[in-house]
Amino acid sequence: MKAKHQRLILLLLAVVAMIGAVLLAMSALKDQAAYFYTPSDAAREHVEPGRAVRLGGMVADKSIVHDPDGVTTRFVVTDGASTVAVRFTGITPDLFKENSGVVAEGAFEQDGTFVATNILAKHDERYMPPQVAGAMHESKSLEK
Amino acid sequence: MIAEAGLAALWLSAALAALQLVLGAVGLRGGREDMLAAVRPIALAQAVLTVLAFVLLIVLFLRVDLSVALVAANDHSAKPWLYKFAGTWGNHEGSMLMWVTILAVAGAAVALLERRLEDRTLIATLAAQAAIGLGFYGFLLFASNPFARLDPAPAEGQGLNPLLQDPGLAFHPPTLYLGYVGLSVAFSFAVGALVTRDVGPAFARAMRPWVLGAWILLTLGITAGSYWAYYELGWGGWWFWDPVENASLMPWLAATALLHSVTVLATRDGLRAWTVMLAVVAFSMSMVGTFLVRSGILTSVHAFAVDPRRGGFILVLLALYIGGALALFAARVGTVREGSRFDPVSREGALVINNLLLTAILGIVLVGTLYPLAAESLTGEKLSVGPPYFNAAAGPLALILMVVMVIGPLLRWRRDELRNLAGRIALPCLLASLALLAVVLLAPDISILPLLGLVFAAGVAAASIAPLWKRNLRRTPLFIWGMVISHLGIAVSVAGMASESAFTRERLVAARIGETEQVGPYSVRFDAVTPVAGPNWTAIEGTLTAMRGDTSFELKPEARAFWAPPTETNEAAIRTALDGQLYVVLGKSDEQGRWQLRLWWKPFVTLIWAGGAMIALGGALALIGRLRRERKAALREAWA
Repeated sequence: MKAKHQRLILLLLAVVAMIGAVLLAMSALKDQAAYFYTPSDAAREHVEPGRAVRLGGMVADKSIVHDPDGVTTRFVVTDGASTVAVRFTGITPDLFKENSGVVAEGAFEQDGTFVATNILAKHDERYMPPQVAGAMHESKSLEK
Repeated sequence: MIAEAGLAALWLSAALAALQLVLGAVGLRGGREDMLAAVRPIALAQAVLTVLAFVLLIVLFLRVDLSVALVAANDHSAKPWLYKFAGTWGNHEGSMLMWVTILAVAGAAVALLERRLEDRTLIATLAAQAAIGLGFYGFLLFASNPFARLDPAPAEGQGLNPLLQDPGLAFHPPTLYLGYVGLSVAFSFAVGALVTRDVGPAFARAMRPWVLGAWILLTLGITAGSYWAYYELGWGGWWFWDPVENASLMPWLAATALLHSVTVLATRDGLRAWTVMLAVVAFSMSMVGTFLVRSGILTSVHAFAVDPRRGGFILVLLALYIGGALALFAARVGTVREGSRFDPVSREGALVINNLLLTAILGIVLVGTLYPLAAESLTGEKLSVGPPYFNAAAGPLALILMVVMVIGPLLRWRRDELRNLAGRIALPCLLASLALLAVVLLAPDISILPLLGLVFAAGVAAASIAPLWKRNLRRTPLFIWGMVISHLGIAVSVAGMASESAFTRERLVAARIGETEQVGPYSVRFDAVTPVAGPNWTAIEGTLTAMRGDTSFELKPEARAFWAPPTETNEAAIRTALDGQLYVVLGKSDEQGRWQLRLWWKPFVTLIWAGGAMIALGGALALIGRLRRERKAALREAWA
């Protein structure tokens, strides 16, 4: 085999592999990327039930309720303008509390309740997820 | 005084780096021997001064000098000394100073130890290293000065994030930084070789130990980081496809590809241009990693400071280095002469496919990591890309890669015949089919990815030992052992991942004292809850008794509350048995006196990290073996 041919084959292989990878990535991204919503976004646009999304905002004051089974928590996420009711089964993170930032991963149900599979709270007193900070800022400017 | 001395040392070393770059560049252009002779000593002096600055910062942290802003923001007099010490790099400025310190020391090591390379190429390499250093000195001095004073000094420091108050912090960042910086040296070698048109086996042999070393440390860093997330976060997961994890995985993938291609270049003189390109990609990935982790654009425990100026600074550095290197590559790739040829069916051919697959996986991880950032800055749309994407896109490619791992090491260099291969892969295929049969019989409802993972792991395990077949084990070179153990480590790790994801049993309950819960082979009795106190925290400690057959043992998970800064963390109780781990997390209590308990039985989960350790060990053996052989060769040459 000539050297030119070998280089050409290698190059072709590389191009095919790259295109394959990009196509694979694109199709997976289309199905799997979870969009981030604030309660206001969720109220404005209809999010189809069952679609994996993230919901970010503050845990509303006096909204945390524990179910009798002892492991299910219900609370309300607010961004100052709108609210969403959330249900979560599991141990809430250490810094999950009322009037504190939260990001919930999960999906909406038919009745508009958000069922969270995972809860992310801010890591320490100084820190708030940038997305939550952004959402809070947006809703404050909406109020004005 | 100490802080001012540190700042002065930092300015001086920045000036030396600039001098190193200018003398190297001008000297090479004009052929001025006197200028070139000065480059090595300058690289050494620069390293000494940077180390001095870093040591002075450590002293400030150990003495809790609160008149320094960085110390006041991150230190606390009540912290155990280990965390005062490790806290030096548990923050943005300190960790960047550590980065540049390691970089300068690596440059000095190249100047001191490298003897195989042609002198001009070495000088060009040191100049490239100085150019990288210069960017980071600028970043430190103009955007994140670790020695800035605070006036008036506060009475007490603000403490360190409790999640970081873990012995792992002392090792995790230095390990990863050493890995990143090792790749920067490989990059500098590539730039040096391009500048002096010296891309060939000699350059590859000089670069290989650095690539191997960086790869070993990245492997250790990723393995340790994964175990840290597993036991410290209390979520029971070992990999979350978090951008911060990807930031260390991407350089690792590139380094793995580079490691294999540099071997082809060093021993077979093939894949010249491709190896140089990979060196550029690998360093780019460590820069992308640094950018992701340090710019504050990510939501994580690593995002110490959210300062847009810093993110912008690193982004500009990133564009400069990658763009510059790619431009140089494009300009000089024509001068890279063709290396020796090989057949598609050969060890080289398999390594090319290995490289392509690794690069494709790297591309997928990169797209998934950067896509949310790009989408947000371009359209304002906020979205996140999580495990479903990465598993669906990268999983199949990783499995194909394992097939190549079975075949590749059993092929001969240069050219081979496919029909000779059949006999050699018979045993791996047999073992894989046996594994398939066993898994399908024992666990018929297993999902496809873990099933294939277990089957391929069996095949790779058999194939990885095959190179030892009919060899005299005592006389087998150390680097062959290295390859065998690393490949075996991959099989072990993949088997652990597949077993964990397929067979984990989980229970989430609200339990009263005295109640017993069943999880996997264990029944776990909830005995008591007691308050306990540590040096800078208080905690609620649960006591549980786990029973399995005749054996029983105690588990003590804790929910800790730190007071500086006020934070709560969960300390999971983990018990390792031969066939897996029992993992218990204590949650919150309710009004009826019940406590949330989360219990996991994770069969063979420890194999994941044991495999990681084996991969790193194999790398270490290969490194020692190569260095030894080269020293012997050098000695022979000296005698001849």
